[in-house]
Amino acid sequence: MSVPSQDNAARTGLFARAIIYSALILFAVYYLLPLYVMLVNSLKPLDEIRQGNMLALPNQWTFEPWRSAWSTAQIGVSPTGLKPYFLNSIMMVVPAVALSTVLGAQNGYVLTKWRFKGDNIVFGLMLLACFIPFQIVLIPSARILGLLGLAGTIPGLILIHMVYGLGFTTLFFRNYYEAFPTELIRAAQIDGASFFQIFRRILLPSSGPIIVVTVIWQFTNIWNDFLFGSSFSSVDSIPITVALNNLVNSSTGVKEYNVHFAGAILAALPTLIVYIVSGRYFVRGLMAGAVKG
Amino acid sequence: MSFLQINELHKSFGATHILKGINLEIEEGGFLVLVGPSGCGKSTLLNTIAGLEPITSGEIRINGNKVNDLHPSKRDIAMVFQSYALYPNMTVGENIAFGMEIRGVPKAERDKAISEVANLLQIGHLLDRKPSQLSGGQRQRVAMGRALVRDPQVFLFDEPLSNLDAKLRIDMRTEIKRLHQRMGTTIVYVTHDQIEAMTLATKIAVLKDGYLQQFGTPAEIYNDPVNMFVADFMGSPAMNLIPATIVTEGNRLAVKLDRSQREPVLLPLSAPPAGLAAFSGRNVVFGIRPEALTDPDGADRNASQLATSDCHIEVVEPAGSDTFAVTELGGKHVVARLRADANIKPGSMTPLAFNLTKAVFFDPESQNRIK
Repeated sequence: MSVPSQDNAARTGLFARAIIYSALILFAVYYLLPLYVMLVNSLKPLDEIRQGNMLALPNQWTFEPWRSAWSTAQIGVSPTGLKPYFLNSIMMVVPAVALSTVLGAQNGYVLTKWRFKGDNIVFGLMLLACFIPFQIVLIPSARILGLLGLAGTIPGLILIHMVYGLGFTTLFFRNYYEAFPTELIRAAQIDGASFFQIFRRILLPSSGPIIVVTVIWQFTNIWNDFLFGSSFSSVDSIPITVALNNLVNSSTGVKEYNVHFAGAILAALPTLIVYIVSGRYFVRGLMAGAVKG
Repeated sequence: MSFLQINELHKSFGATHILKGINLEIEEGGFLVLVGPSGCGKSTLLNTIAGLEPITSGEIRINGNKVNDLHPSKRDIAMVFQSYALYPNMTVGENIAFGMEIRGVPKAERDKAISEVANLLQIGHLLDRKPSQLSGGQRQRVAMGRALVRDPQVFLFDEPLSNLDAKLRIDMRTEIKRLHQRMGTTIVYVTHDQIEAMTLATKIAVLKDGYLQQFGTPAEIYNDPVNMFVADFMGSPAMNLIPATIVTEGNRLAVKLDRSQREPVLLPLSAPPAGLAAFSGRNVVFGIRPEALTDPDGADRNASQLATSDCHIEVVEPAGSDTFAVTELGGKHVVARLRADANIKPGSMTPLAFNLTKAVFFDPESQNRIK
């Protein structure tokens, strides 16, 4: 008999299906519960939290904790809220992501289509950068930033994140371009296109999926970074992760848990949005290099 | 004077020697086909002509100019790739015009050139589509259009038909030949398909393991192969290469073909090649193409040396236009090509006519032709 196997998830019995769905719902609740707790408590006055029921919906709905977290809460020594630090993070993340993605794409292009002697060694060394723990490079980085006069500035943080991200972005683009047909590059060479024209006109327009993957990856990593942010920033270049820590760990006054919850959600929001907007491209992009079209 | 000239071309990748002293030339308007089994270096040779691979030593001249160190775009060539290599993000029109755009040709002139080429290849209705929306044959045409629009001195084709299905391949083959006759541009064409080579070429270069085996017109390659490799590679079904012995009968040479359980076949030679006398009493390889081994009624009446011998027919394969019969000679399965309506039965003893004018002899040791 050559009937194809019908034993797949879509055709299993009702009972099995009930089990699958219960498990899925259980895990969904398990993962969503913290978000729920953060959300409901950020919308309560502090008194209600003190009464102890973390899971209850607010009796009295209020956006005051959000407003406070954004613009008036005490962070370190000044009552500025998270707003300036949020802007710091944006000013750091956007250029760092853009630069590391563009440079990674060019590295990938050179390492696959303009092969040179020792290119595999260069690639191996760049790959190694993905495995270096952050802590090891702290002191050398501080020294270099000092020499460049970038210590404690946003451009300094951009530089550190860009260099650190390059290993990953190069890996992503190199593997993606490895499967890109070399004959296309040759055709463009015969058509007279230059090195950068080939990159810009032929390669980049076909790189959508891998660009999405790289941007999500870099954005999440750089936005969520705490170590570099706390090590290499000064008063006016503190990123939001460090500011959130300062908000939550402030040693004076009352612990305003509702403001802390609101602040934590604010700090996580951009990465959440990036995932929601382009998450489906992420999976598609990760698969794209795997199967040669 | 030859238009494209290749002198003592060597090419190595690291320690691997790919091309070992290639000498070729083709006149203006000629159609040179590079043919050989995979790994023979034919695509590498084409890439060196294009300038996509640097050469190790030697010289390439196009129209008298040495182009060794010129960038591909400066050699005045155009290339059609095996995978067509159409830019996936551009429409057909943009694909065709990309080279002109890079060279800074004004838009109006580009559009004019596009429409001319589109008319020539009948792809006008496809100009706004992306390559992914085209069929294999259409992509092939667009790839040719992109080459044609450059109006180059030399066209390079790298196995352009190998991704098409059998019927389309034959149509496109005819189309390429028609285009060549119409444009009169010099073409260098790489293929592993010997029928493509025979039908398209004005000159064929047969390569094997980085050496040029033979270079000549299709008729020379087919009728006068210099060695057993060329004889075996060109032609379908392949030439019968039969181990044989040369004997002297009175004052004439003859070929003796052994058969298992039967009398050997003895074929007298009235005009043997001069070198064959030295092989009297020795083993040679007797080469005869299937069409030179036929039923006596279907034999070439103008052939000056015709010998007939009864052969035991093992298998009969009717192919519509011809009937192929397989017999055993010298321990080999030998294919004879008979008329379609030849009355022949498997297992019977049937007279077959050997057209010895078309027969060739090879030295079994050096594998070279005995002239």
